[in-house]
Amino acid sequence: MRIVVCIKQVPSTNEVRLDPETHTILRDGRQSVVNPFDAHAIEEAVRWKEARGGSVLAVSMGIPAVEELLRDALARGADEAVLLTDRAFAGADTLATSRTLAAGIRRAGPFDLILCGKMAVDGDTAQIGPELAEQLGIPHLTDVDAILSVEEGRVTVSRRGENGPETAQAALPALLTLTREINVPRMPDLTGVRRSLTAPFVRWGADDLDVDPARCGLKGSPTQVVRTFVPRRERETVFLEGAPAQQAAQMLEIVREVLS
Amino acid sequence: MSGLRIDAEKCVGCGACVSACPSGALKITDGLAAADAGACVLCGICVDTCPTGAIAVEKEGAQDLDLSAWRDVWVFAQREGDGFHPVTFELLTQGRQLADQLGQRLCAVTVGEGPEECAPLLDAGCDLVYLCPPPEEGRRLEPFCAGLVAGLAEERRPGAVLFGATPLGRSLAPRVAARLGTGLTADCTQLDVDRETGLLRQTRPAFGGNLMATIVCPHHRPQMATVRPGVFPALAGGRRPGARVEAVEPPVLPPPATWELTAARAAREGAGLPGAEVIVSVGRGIGVRKNVKLVERLAQLLGAEVGCSRPLVEAGWLSYDHQIGQTGVSVSPKLLITFGISGAIQHLAGIAGAERIVAVNSDPDAPIFAQAHEAVVGDCVEILEEMIRALEGRAD
Repeated sequence: MRIVVCIKQVPSTNEVRLDPETHTILRDGRQSVVNPFDAHAIEEAVRWKEARGGSVLAVSMGIPAVEELLRDALARGADEAVLLTDRAFAGADTLATSRTLAAGIRRAGPFDLILCGKMAVDGDTAQIGPELAEQLGIPHLTDVDAILSVEEGRVTVSRRGENGPETAQAALPALLTLTREINVPRMPDLTGVRRSLTAPFVRWGADDLDVDPARCGLKGSPTQVVRTFVPRRERETVFLEGAPAQQAAQMLEIVREVLS
Repeated sequence: MSGLRIDAEKCVGCGACVSACPSGALKITDGLAAADAGACVLCGICVDTCPTGAIAVEKEGAQDLDLSAWRDVWVFAQREGDGFHPVTFELLTQGRQLADQLGQRLCAVTVGEGPEECAPLLDAGCDLVYLCPPPEEGRRLEPFCAGLVAGLAEERRPGAVLFGATPLGRSLAPRVAARLGTGLTADCTQLDVDRETGLLRQTRPAFGGNLMATIVCPHHRPQMATVRPGVFPALAGGRRPGARVEAVEPPVLPPPATWELTAARAAREGAGLPGAEVIVSVGRGIGVRKNVKLVERLAQLLGAEVGCSRPLVEAGWLSYDHQIGQTGVSVSPKLLITFGISGAIQHLAGIAGAERIVAVNSDPDAPIFAQAHEAVVGDCVEILEEMIRALEGRAD
């Protein structure tokens, strides 16, 4: 079984803070981490490989420095890594990103499963998984809490459906987006770190892929951010004063007022 | 070529962009900011950081598309039981306003057995409902609806399509957007029409929720957005003259064997947060795990639902279906009482619909207080114990 895992580099969100005067975003963003959801995808892929044999390919689209994160994925048990990196890929929205990832995965050869984190913590869109599945023409299942089985050409999962937990199946090859409840990611061990230094690692740019550069990156992105602003919430807040018992009494008065 | 442009006339070399750049692509050279094109990912953070407005991300290569051929505002009307998911009516309310501003029709796309099932959609102000018979037994609704909306959109050319950001909508909408090769904005909290351009301005939390971003889709159609349930009000639109239902053909899908099979069995469970009138919610400021019991007791006494912020779910103190916020559910109760929630913006995004908020926190500078109607600076446990004592005392 060959499993592809998609990884995104995200800023370590703790670094995000606002300038109290200008209300602009301040971050020393050189601190980057693997999107926490994707760490669970790596772990899940490696677990299935260990149980069933096969291999795990880690893929990311990003700047050259993302190599470090892919090496980390290799140290955690992935067998090979592909970094899709090119000026032409920069500034991509989810649609352009899904096209580039799809082209990279196609070039990397046949696969049975693609595992993605449910969403990235910086964009929070949760769109890449389904968009990538559509680009590749394969089924997808979102919000997967557990992969129950992979057999007879289909994957069976437990997922969060519209009305709570449900069991669902998809024909292989399929793409799954995983919640953080699915597993607890391991730390890389020394053997893994050593292996990560020599494991197969390739970089592909736009020329290496069957993609139209006009459909990648900023140029290939239908959406445009026209304005960003710090949300201001102006409201005259009334502070309830007094001892705790008095404050509690005032709160209960509000409850009665609202419910009457 | 698309790229980052720095206006040498406006740049004062202050270096604000250099420290803001997540890619380390900017530096100050000879008193002016300069970008390393190899490292810049065109994320645009520097554009908003620059105090003099000297930086812009320039984009070339707009696609030629006859935009005027794409008209009407569509809402995907998600079924729930015999009726529709509540977010449908929130979308229709918002969609009606957009359609009126544009002078276009409001249409719903839905699945159902007969036109009589569409009455609530017509009553909510739709001009037209596209009704498709449901998929055969055992087929997943998702690929079916993706095929339905994408196929119909190619044929009828809507200007905008809105989905609820429900589990189904969040899975379906990206699939449709990718098939149509158009843009999609997730989890919008505000939608309006730009008066000059007629473009749909889609505003959503971005960058961990510390910023709001307004996004447009200028050269591709349809413009697509998902909207969190509970963000917009659902108002009675009233039936429009000439409103009608049009039957449409089901989409042609690959056979199930090559597509998706299902054994979906679901049981409704978990917290009833979305429709709750009163919610008592709890955050990390509650201190230790056993104090969550106090919150649950208060909720029980008030007949309220229990909500929480993300750290409590991550700590395993409450299950995910209690989580309020950008990655949980959005709520719109008449009254929300919070204990020990500081008010990270991701959380605030989920409580924007609350009619009244009473917040308790020990930190007088907690951001939640800016959002709250009433604030109590104090110890959560003390306040909880006092409230419970008063309520239990009254019951005796």
